[in-house]
Amino acid sequence: MDDIPPYPPIDPTTFDLIVIGTGLPESIIAAASSTASKSVLHLDPNPFYGSHFSSLPLADLPSFLSSHSTSPSPPRSPSSDDPNEFSLLEFATRPLYSSIDISTFSPNLLDQHSRKFNLDVAGPRVFFCAEKSIELLLRTGTNQYMEFKSVDATFVGDNKGNLWSVPDSRAAIFKDKSLGLVEKNKLMRFFKLVQGHLAGEQDIKISEEDLQSPFVDFLNKMGLPPKIKSFILYAIAMADYDQEDTGVCRDLLKTKDGIDQLALYNASIGRFQNASGAFLYPIYGQGELSQAFCRRAAVKGCLYVLRMPVTALLVDKDTGCYKGVRLASGQDIFSQKLILDPTFKVTLPSGSSPPLPLKEKLPFFSLKDDKGKIARGICITKTSLKPDISNFLVVYPPRSLFPEQVTSIRLLQIASNLAVCLPGMFVLYISALCNDDDQGKKLIHAVMNTLLTVPLDSESNAAVQSETAENGSAVQDETSESSSGGPSDSGEEKPTLLWSALYSQELTLGQVDFICSTPMPDGKLNYNDLIDTTFKIFQEIYPGEEFFPETSLENPEGDGDASPET
Amino acid sequence: MHGRPRKAPKPEDEAASSAKAQKLRALQTQFFSFHHNKIYTKEAVELSAKLLEINPESYTAWNYRKLAVEHYLNLPDCNPDSIKSVLDDELRVVENALRQNFKSYGAWHHRKWVLSKGHSSIDNELRLLDKFQKADSRNFHAWNYRRFVAESMKRSEQDELKYTEDMIYANFSNYSAWHNRSVLLSALFDKKAEGFLLKEKVLPEEYEFIHQAIFTDPDDQSGWFYHLWLLDQTVTTDSPLLASSWPGHGSDVLLVGDRCYNGSAFSPFSALHSDSGSFPIVLYFNQPVRGVNSSTVTVECGFNKNEDLLWKPLSASNSQTARVWVAHLKVPSSDLHSTVEVSVGHTKGIISTRGFEYSHPSMLSFKVHVQPMERDSSQVSVAESISLREENFKVYGKQSEESIIDSFDQLIIKNGRETTASNWRFEALAKEIECFRELLSLVDCKIGKLTLARLLKAYDAMSYPFANKLVHSEEVLELYSDLMKLDRTHYQFYKDERSIVLLQKYKDSVSSAICGPICLRLNNLSLSRMGAFEKLLWVEMLDLSHNELQSIEGLEAMQLLSCLSLRNNKLRSLTALEPLRKLKLLRILDISYNQIGDHSIDTTRYVCSSPLSHSVGSELNRDETVTSDVALINNWEAFYIFKDFNLNQLDIVGNTIADEKFKSVLVKIMPKLKQLDGKLLD
Repeated sequence: MDDIPPYPPIDPTTFDLIVIGTGLPESIIAAASSTASKSVLHLDPNPFYGSHFSSLPLADLPSFLSSHSTSPSPPRSPSSDDPNEFSLLEFATRPLYSSIDISTFSPNLLDQHSRKFNLDVAGPRVFFCAEKSIELLLRTGTNQYMEFKSVDATFVGDNKGNLWSVPDSRAAIFKDKSLGLVEKNKLMRFFKLVQGHLAGEQDIKISEEDLQSPFVDFLNKMGLPPKIKSFILYAIAMADYDQEDTGVCRDLLKTKDGIDQLALYNASIGRFQNASGAFLYPIYGQGELSQAFCRRAAVKGCLYVLRMPVTALLVDKDTGCYKGVRLASGQDIFSQKLILDPTFKVTLPSGSSPPLPLKEKLPFFSLKDDKGKIARGICITKTSLKPDISNFLVVYPPRSLFPEQVTSIRLLQIASNLAVCLPGMFVLYISALCNDDDQGKKLIHAVMNTLLTVPLDSESNAAVQSETAENGSAVQDETSESSSGGPSDSGEEKPTLLWSALYSQELTLGQVDFICSTPMPDGKLNYNDLIDTTFKIFQEIYPGEEFFPETSLENPEGDGDASPET
Repeated sequence: MHGRPRKAPKPEDEAASSAKAQKLRALQTQFFSFHHNKIYTKEAVELSAKLLEINPESYTAWNYRKLAVEHYLNLPDCNPDSIKSVLDDELRVVENALRQNFKSYGAWHHRKWVLSKGHSSIDNELRLLDKFQKADSRNFHAWNYRRFVAESMKRSEQDELKYTEDMIYANFSNYSAWHNRSVLLSALFDKKAEGFLLKEKVLPEEYEFIHQAIFTDPDDQSGWFYHLWLLDQTVTTDSPLLASSWPGHGSDVLLVGDRCYNGSAFSPFSALHSDSGSFPIVLYFNQPVRGVNSSTVTVECGFNKNEDLLWKPLSASNSQTARVWVAHLKVPSSDLHSTVEVSVGHTKGIISTRGFEYSHPSMLSFKVHVQPMERDSSQVSVAESISLREENFKVYGKQSEESIIDSFDQLIIKNGRETTASNWRFEALAKEIECFRELLSLVDCKIGKLTLARLLKAYDAMSYPFANKLVHSEEVLELYSDLMKLDRTHYQFYKDERSIVLLQKYKDSVSSAICGPICLRLNNLSLSRMGAFEKLLWVEMLDLSHNELQSIEGLEAMQLLSCLSLRNNKLRSLTALEPLRKLKLLRILDISYNQIGDHSIDTTRYVCSSPLSHSVGSELNRDETVTSDVALINNWEAFYIFKDFNLNQLDIVGNTIADEKFKSVLVKIMPKLKQLDGKLLD
């Protein structure tokens, strides 16, 4: 990003829509708008697709994170008013990542092969086979740009390092070795109840009263033992917060929502013949998804320019209305609508008060960040956490690792057969919702210490980015402390950590106005909520337009076969 | 395949189907002309392939292809290469046909036929099977063929067992996979393969396995069937055992010319009135056996030669396999006190239907006392003869109940060796009982109740000779009563099962109602089926009146019966009386107030396994006298049933069939009959 090549001029200079940033929501909107015959210019200051949803080579990840961790640089002196009728509002980037902590324990090995890695910035993330994004991929034919593999299993972890497989289907319940016979019976009966309810069978309807009650209460009412409750709440319904502690729980699931989650999970299992589990993961990483929609948009006439920073917003002097953007090349491009990546923030010229109409609009420019943060961790190992199985999800329900753990921690192990790392290696993505960076670090470390051996001869300091050196050393102390704490309780050899990146990410919601900004990757495991938000943004900017009408399907394969590769 | 609703055909489907029929008809006409003219040219054979591709059910076409193959293989210029290409063609045709319908009997059979020629490689077959078993994991044709392939390939049972396990893990609702598992395990048990030598090691693991399926989804039936097989493996001993006998070991048999043995010192259980100059020895095995004869069973006594004894199987069918075998010892008319020794199975040859040898040689000995007749038997008037009057069932006061029970037990053969070996069976059953009680505490499940009832019954039956009480009978009765309410469709089945339990329970308490000639009263118990015959071999008079019996199957074992009342039951046909034909001592029979003749169709005939095995009518045509009598021709069933009876007294009133005409036929059939429906005959 340092050596931006000379900018060629963009022609034409007027579009229906300008989209800045190639994250998933932006890419989908670009594709949807192009499909709706809008002229779209899609820009990204980065030299790659995906922004905060991208998958990056190992060496590029730290620099991407740190470039988005700095406080906004003070706005350059307000540019002298242009001779024309526009006033300029400078863009600034907002810090979205903090407490970045990169540790390398095997520098030679990894540096040489940095490009062999495709690390998801917003991991862990998977597709439920029946989720909305898969429907969208199939409906738009975008699936032709991607290939998937099945995530083989889901486990629930404990503080001893054990991984218990989640009995998520009839066959899995039958096969499960950890459940007792009575537990199996109760769990299967519960599943049947839910299935019967969803199928609309008259005699097994769940009452409206139950549907409105907390899901955890309903599970108690069904007499399900704690272990099974935990499986259902955190490993199938994927609840984030401790459902049994209303004091800390911010997402108390209603039975209705819990059942919907179960329905999604249930519909996902066995949807595709060669996908054994409920989840899919794309070959080459999650960044492929944004890129696939960009390709889809390009087919429909969207113009793409990467490595193109934008510097300022052009607003009408009199009305304060949005007119266009000024590019780093100095070129001004005009459009009716603008979609902004959450990175960007509009700063007001200091001293000068903005025109009145603009002032009224201002509250919409700032991004909400009242949803807290999400701590993410990426670890690279040479051995799988579980022998004989390479791609799987692990959930640590609240309180499973330490008493103060109020959110569930999710871990996704992806192997080289998904082309995300060197052959024989494994990438672990870990995430947990948190209130602040310290709490987040503690959550991620708890998982790492349970599952991994962190070498003592860490060279992390050398690799840690200068701006996060303080945090880095603090973490260093913590990890060495824990690794000297003794071998794993399970007695088995734990995989050794080769490289790790820990960071906290802001959770921001999308904003909708005549200028819209898209949300950051959320704390969910799948894309369902993001697709919903994206759809809403699209509806706001083009209320009359259909979001990928059925007729737009021109997939040559036509049959909508999204089956993952075998 | 499974669980897919049937859709009504759309108009365009119907059009397509009629077009297909049109095409088929043309093909078929041409095909038949080739077939009839034995034309096996390339063109003709290809036509049959085309036909089979559209309609794999055309058996004639498959047979034609077989003939064509034989034709080619018999050509003088036939060489290994040409054989292979001919047979490969066949395999391809089969594969195409199976693609059309993978449940085509003809196609699968043809493939077997081709492979059994021995010229084709079998290795490809497993791959083909994997494809078909993936498409429908329960397809029993594929499983059937798989057994054939596995055998041809000499693939080990262990490997195949692992395969069933994988299939079951993928989806345990798979009758075929569970069934194949039982087949494979049986083979491994038979072979005494390594790791399968001891059932007590293997079965508990299988129980554990099936519990996972049953508890996960009690509504799925496939698992229950496998459980039933396991239960059978647990309960049934491999080698047949002698369950009981008459006379019992160590007993004294008093044979009297008439019934005046008052004051005799002998137990009434072993006194027998005999006017035929012989008495029966009855051997009751725990499962049907064949090969009981004078060399496998030897009888040593002073008054009969072993070689003269003829052992006869007592079973409804004409097969030489039966649980009950009988031989008659002739007794001299003079005073006699003699010991009889019966050795069973000291020479090999008694074999169960499952092919296991009787391997517990046992010895019975009893004493026989013959009292010469004091009066000529012809002078016994009918009026004086026994009948089921109330006074015959006086309480037998002389003996305490306890000693009566001892006497019962004399009839039961105890075998120490089997007892120790049975410990694991007890443990397995106890564990199962506990397991299913738990299941029933979770869910209300019909088949769970039935299984628990079966388990409890099996447990009691196994412990019977050692514990004098059937500890679970109340619980079992309650389970069956429940089931009769819950599952009306199978009401009669539960009622039958319940009757047998009820019978066992009553038999334990009924002993006080015995006197004189040994009488057992089991009336008014709502019995719909009889059972526990092995414990009733001693009974001479049996009152089963006022029950709901539809069948008296098994009653043939009660060889001492001389007087039987089946009054007021639900017997529906004369053929239902067939077991009585084997009771040579039966003199008095009451079948009044049943439903004989109510139903024009005799359903008992459809119950027998094969029309050929059923004996009714099979001897009829040889009898010239019958065919000459029109009345008898019209009543050949009555003739067949009653002609062998030695009845003195018969009550048949209250049955639709029993009109005056029929009664006159009966009198003709049974010239010895002295009394019919209470009326003395001339």
